[in-house]
Amino acid sequence: MIEKTDVIIIGAGPVGLFAIFELGLLNISCHVIDNLDKPGGQCAELYPEKPIYDIPSRVSITGQQLTDDLLAQAKPFKPVYHLNQQVEKIAKIESNEWLVETSHNNKIRAKCIVIAAGAGSFVPRKIPLENLDLIEEKNILYAVRNKSILENKDLLIVGGGDSALDWTNELSKIANVTLMHRRKEFRAAPDSVSKMLELEREKKVSFLLGQIHNIEDLKNNKIKVLVKNNDEIKSFEVDYLLPFFGLKMELGPIANWGLNLMENLIKVDTEKFETSVPSIFAIGDINTYPGKLKLILSGFHEAALMAQECFKYCFPDKKNVFRYTTSSKELHKKLNTS
Amino acid sequence: MKIKVTDREGKKHELEGDTNSTLMEILRDAGLDIEAACGGCCACATCHVYINDQWLDKISSKDDDEESMLDQAFDVRNSSRLSCQINLSEDLDGIELELAPE
Repeated sequence: MIEKTDVIIIGAGPVGLFAIFELGLLNISCHVIDNLDKPGGQCAELYPEKPIYDIPSRVSITGQQLTDDLLAQAKPFKPVYHLNQQVEKIAKIESNEWLVETSHNNKIRAKCIVIAAGAGSFVPRKIPLENLDLIEEKNILYAVRNKSILENKDLLIVGGGDSALDWTNELSKIANVTLMHRRKEFRAAPDSVSKMLELEREKKVSFLLGQIHNIEDLKNNKIKVLVKNNDEIKSFEVDYLLPFFGLKMELGPIANWGLNLMENLIKVDTEKFETSVPSIFAIGDINTYPGKLKLILSGFHEAALMAQECFKYCFPDKKNVFRYTTSSKELHKKLNTS
Repeated sequence: MKIKVTDREGKKHELEGDTNSTLMEILRDAGLDIEAACGGCCACATCHVYINDQWLDKISSKDDDEESMLDQAFDVRNSSRLSCQINLSEDLDGIELELAPE
């Protein structure tokens, strides 16, 4: 089934969320796609607890509060969120609309695409060793999609955060798990940490102090992980290595859409914030133009001007009457009935 | 003040620092390959550097936040620091460091 909307916003960070509001004011409907499992982008993923001081009128607001407030502000316009997935392909179709396909095989068509993808999508940080490609395909899992392949296998899980601890606890039920971290302190939730320590006492999980030094393919479906602790190197043979070093941001498939780029940023004009491809816009940290400042407030401004131009694509026969939110009866109706 | 950096290819760079900046800002603005994804609020580990041993005790020590974030870095050593957490001062004139793997 192909869903239909007016505008597809790629990225549910603060600027993508505010774009829903600005487009909504002009009666433009949106679907929003994000690779994370929750809206908020960097604000929610990297610094939910850190105060931000340069949002107009907010003396101080945390990344999570800002996200929650933007979600509430966008809610009356009934956006549809597609989380946990990345836009893989875009194509122009006969109706002169865009057809967008996500990594979950969702298909959505729309008149405009707004890229509000910040520094790109969050992907697991990989091990920076050379010549890992073959092993990465077979023996290294940066995310667990199918637990059943791990049954009764020897696993080395690496990291000290929530993902590492949660998977250690979970997979210890079905596999032979060793957790390795560079120190015996963890920044994961206290519950998961005590659970892991309990499993270690019961000898259901082994803990190893150290870091990955090198990895060799043993060509028998197993790998040898060389582990370094201080200056001592030991080796471990395992079926799978599961490194959890947090997330990093990558531009991803956007780089292949034929947009004019400059150092991984998308070039736009400063009147409409449109890219080199008509009806594809880029707002927020992902765009560049003379004088660009990577601030959330710049992204908000860009969202407002982008919406004006999207209106022309969405309603080519209608006149766009400029109204303030203080006096727009239509808007008040929406807010009251929401 | 001078900052002496060895990049991942082993090439040496001598940068001009100033006491209003963090080490990360000088590295980033000089165009060295350092991601500094979070912009300097100690919320990622993409400005990881190794400080030359002789300079280590001249720098203020790591706090818990920085130690936690280093958990996400690869090949963490005793000399590992997140460069966004190092405020430059005149005592650090001539500081030598190396970029950690990405």
